[in-house]
Amino acid sequence: MKNIAAVNDFVVKFANVNGSGSASANALFARAVLRMGVSASPRNIFPSNIQGLPTWYEVRISERGWQGRRGGVDLMVAMNPQTWDEDVAEIEPGGYLLYDSTKDLLPTKFRDDVQSIGIPLTRICNEAYTDARQRQLFKNIIYVGALGALLDLDPQVIAALIGEQFKGKEALMQSNVKALAMGRDYALSHFDCPIGLQIQKSDSVGEKIFLEGNSAAALGAVYGGATVAAWYPITPSSSLAEAFERHCKTYRHDSDSGRARYAILQAEDELASIGMVIGAAWNGARAFTATSGPGISLMQEFIGFAYFAEIPSVIFDVQRGGPSTGMPTRTQQSDITLCAYASHGDTKHVLLFPEDPKEAFEMSATAFDLADRLQTPVFVMLELDIGMNERLCDPLEWDDSRRFDRGKVMTHEMLERGDEFGRYLDVDVDGIPYRTYPGTHPQHGSYFTRGTTKDRYAKYSEAGPDYVDNMQRLLRKFETAKNLVPEPILHMDTHASQFGVIFFGSTAPAMYEAIDALEVRGLEVDALRIRAFPFSDAVTEFVAEHDQIFVVEQNRDAQLRMLLINECGFNPTKLVAVLHYDGTPITARFIVHEISEGIAALNEAPLRGTAAK
Amino acid sequence: MTYIAKPKLAHPGIPTNELGYTRRYYEGAVSTLCAGCGHDSISAGIVQAFFELNIEPHRVAKLSGIGCSSKTPTYFLGSSHGLNSVHGRMPSVLTGANLANRELIYLGVSGDGDSASIGLGQFAHCLRRGVNMVYIVENNGVYGLTKGQFSATADKGSKSKRGITNADSNIDMVGLALQLGATFVARSFSGDKAQLVPLLKAAVEHKGAAFIDVISPCVAFNNHAGSTKSYDYVREHNEVLNQLDFMPRREPITADYEAGEVEEIRQHDGQVLRLRKVSKDYDPHDRIAAMNILQARAAEGEIVTGLIYFDREAEDLHSNLNTVEFPLNTLGEEELCPGSAALDLFNADLQ
Repeated sequence: MKNIAAVNDFVVKFANVNGSGSASANALFARAVLRMGVSASPRNIFPSNIQGLPTWYEVRISERGWQGRRGGVDLMVAMNPQTWDEDVAEIEPGGYLLYDSTKDLLPTKFRDDVQSIGIPLTRICNEAYTDARQRQLFKNIIYVGALGALLDLDPQVIAALIGEQFKGKEALMQSNVKALAMGRDYALSHFDCPIGLQIQKSDSVGEKIFLEGNSAAALGAVYGGATVAAWYPITPSSSLAEAFERHCKTYRHDSDSGRARYAILQAEDELASIGMVIGAAWNGARAFTATSGPGISLMQEFIGFAYFAEIPSVIFDVQRGGPSTGMPTRTQQSDITLCAYASHGDTKHVLLFPEDPKEAFEMSATAFDLADRLQTPVFVMLELDIGMNERLCDPLEWDDSRRFDRGKVMTHEMLERGDEFGRYLDVDVDGIPYRTYPGTHPQHGSYFTRGTTKDRYAKYSEAGPDYVDNMQRLLRKFETAKNLVPEPILHMDTHASQFGVIFFGSTAPAMYEAIDALEVRGLEVDALRIRAFPFSDAVTEFVAEHDQIFVVEQNRDAQLRMLLINECGFNPTKLVAVLHYDGTPITARFIVHEISEGIAALNEAPLRGTAAK
Repeated sequence: MTYIAKPKLAHPGIPTNELGYTRRYYEGAVSTLCAGCGHDSISAGIVQAFFELNIEPHRVAKLSGIGCSSKTPTYFLGSSHGLNSVHGRMPSVLTGANLANRELIYLGVSGDGDSASIGLGQFAHCLRRGVNMVYIVENNGVYGLTKGQFSATADKGSKSKRGITNADSNIDMVGLALQLGATFVARSFSGDKAQLVPLLKAAVEHKGAAFIDVISPCVAFNNHAGSTKSYDYVREHNEVLNQLDFMPRREPITADYEAGEVEEIRQHDGQVLRLRKVSKDYDPHDRIAAMNILQARAAEGEIVTGLIYFDREAEDLHSNLNTVEFPLNTLGEEELCPGSAALDLFNADLQ
């Protein structure tokens, strides 16, 4: 058996029982790798459960800085008997298995092509501790200590992290240090350390920050000037609203009076949440709600109201696996069509697709400008994979000269000097009318906001021509949006390839690695990362310039592809769907496999309606 | 009510209020409800209340849901911003609007279908939160726009126009409001403007969640024998607890009252409510007693009206949230955006 040998480039996966205290120990491991200057990207793959069900924590370690999942596991820390068989099966040939050897396991439970590293964790704990909870918790710290020795992690680095974590709690710090040492000592005295997998000090982390997407998006809402947030708890979006509250406590209290420059309400349901957002935005505040797919389903009626009455509103959809309750704690990109065409009647909405926490921050702040400018709902399409995982990304940036774009708002002065006000009057031929905030002027500028059809002066009208006039203006407005939303980003801009790839959101990091791997195989593809809907003309050009386009997404029905075909009129045979939707984040290996197979198949038999170059 | 447009010119001698506005200035578009509809009387009451309170109409935001009652904000305060939201969801929109600008006066207008059925949840929660508003339910016990179905406030045993007897228990909005923590709770009758207008004025001045249930007969579908929301039935069964006089500013008591018959209630802003007690033993500051009397009278088929409950120490949502005294919608980059220096520190913490 030849064991895998790799330095700063492998995958460690922890299989644990939910609620056993493993989360903080596993995070300690990931942070230690980062402290060594080696890029690492951890992902929680967790159940909808408080205690008892299986949970995993997968750490991608990559000197080159790949942040996506690679696929496959090189070292499995198998701490959950419930999932032992599948966990062992997932290890790469030549990989490693770290397990609790307190009880003897049948030889059939092991693999010949995997190096087994048994540490009697339970026994060590039982000897060292009398308290049941301590026995449970320190088991996790002991395996981190052992991993340190096995992978050659600098013990000083781990000790420093423990010191920071338990600053001012001397007793806790000491007991953690002791547990780490027990694990380390056991590994050093029983195995050849390090094993084939090693962490060596590097500088691939640099200035990068380690941040969760939901927290970043919430901070973007602070920077974007949101003052009203209304939400209803739902995984995986709750931590966004909670982070907003945390950030507001830091940044948004009046230094003299201590009073809040924000209002956060935990509403009774998602319908009330979006209603509050609409009410606040109608009244001139920047407001948002954070939810997930089921919440969007509930908000449909109000979203149509905001579209038709033209009220700015920002909605964060941290997507999870659907349909119905679906997979509440698993990731997907399956709310694309739900949000793009939310509500009954003819509607279209602006969607933004951040790729990581940094972009979640930026797009969050931008969403408030877009909503005000376009006077319409704007969706920030986050995903569980981005929202609930910490990701290494470039430091957040803010230009202090940036001003909020409050859009077309008629002021008291404008009304006073007699500017014509028609709430739905297209004065600039961009489809965007002026609005007034309630209470602006005693005599002028008031109007009635309604979900019913109206004329250009907001007067109720069921007349066909008035209705059509209004609906056409809304389409013009959507055209205007095309040029305001974030442009797509072209990667591998060689135009040498006949093959193009379109992707978006959390697929990005795995895609970057896949593009690189495909190139190594001699398969060059041009790639376009879509960042918003409506699609800009650059998308149409990209599709026109390539013979075949792979559209990579994380849902069953190829929803982005559907939207591209529907909105841009592309020939469906030209767009090949590459779909990963089992609820786990997409991997680079999956993409490489699908695209190489796809290219091979296309080379053999080009799809109908297209010609191979 | 009528298809004849209101004349634009008014008699030069028509009375004006302290702001120099005529009552006409507080009106809105011509009503499209049925002739004799109770809702139009309530609209007229609102016009009178705001006229007499000397409130600039543009300082009022009027919000509603869906239904006959929810159409009425078009018919009063034409210079106010209005919002006709979706069915049963006025309370959430009003709550959000109130959070954005605490300085406006919020008038929520709803009906029994809108608030007791589809919107029961939002009705409950906005009262719980103490949103500073006047929440009016124009209660006719029937779905008018869809032609006569029972609503959830229709009394058990009452008959529909088509002769069907209602088998379901009714929802008492006043009882719910008391239980849910509304700090001003009243019931009135659209046919008794003398009672309704002072209640509306007091509710507007109340800082907190004020709820008024106004029985408002539907002349088209619920004004027949066998209905418990008809003009005749309500007149016969109306048990008036007290009569409210509203003093815009502290004025001396000119009328003679027997001792113990009048109570003066000082408002936050120094204005005074004068409550003439009809039922001598009734204390409108005792929430538990209010709930008891309501239940006891209802069991006897009586409809209790008047100021049912009033919390002198009411607090509103903004005080609970400790928000700044200025409207949130007036804050700009300076007050809201922490800037790049703060972001540098934020980044440093995560490196």
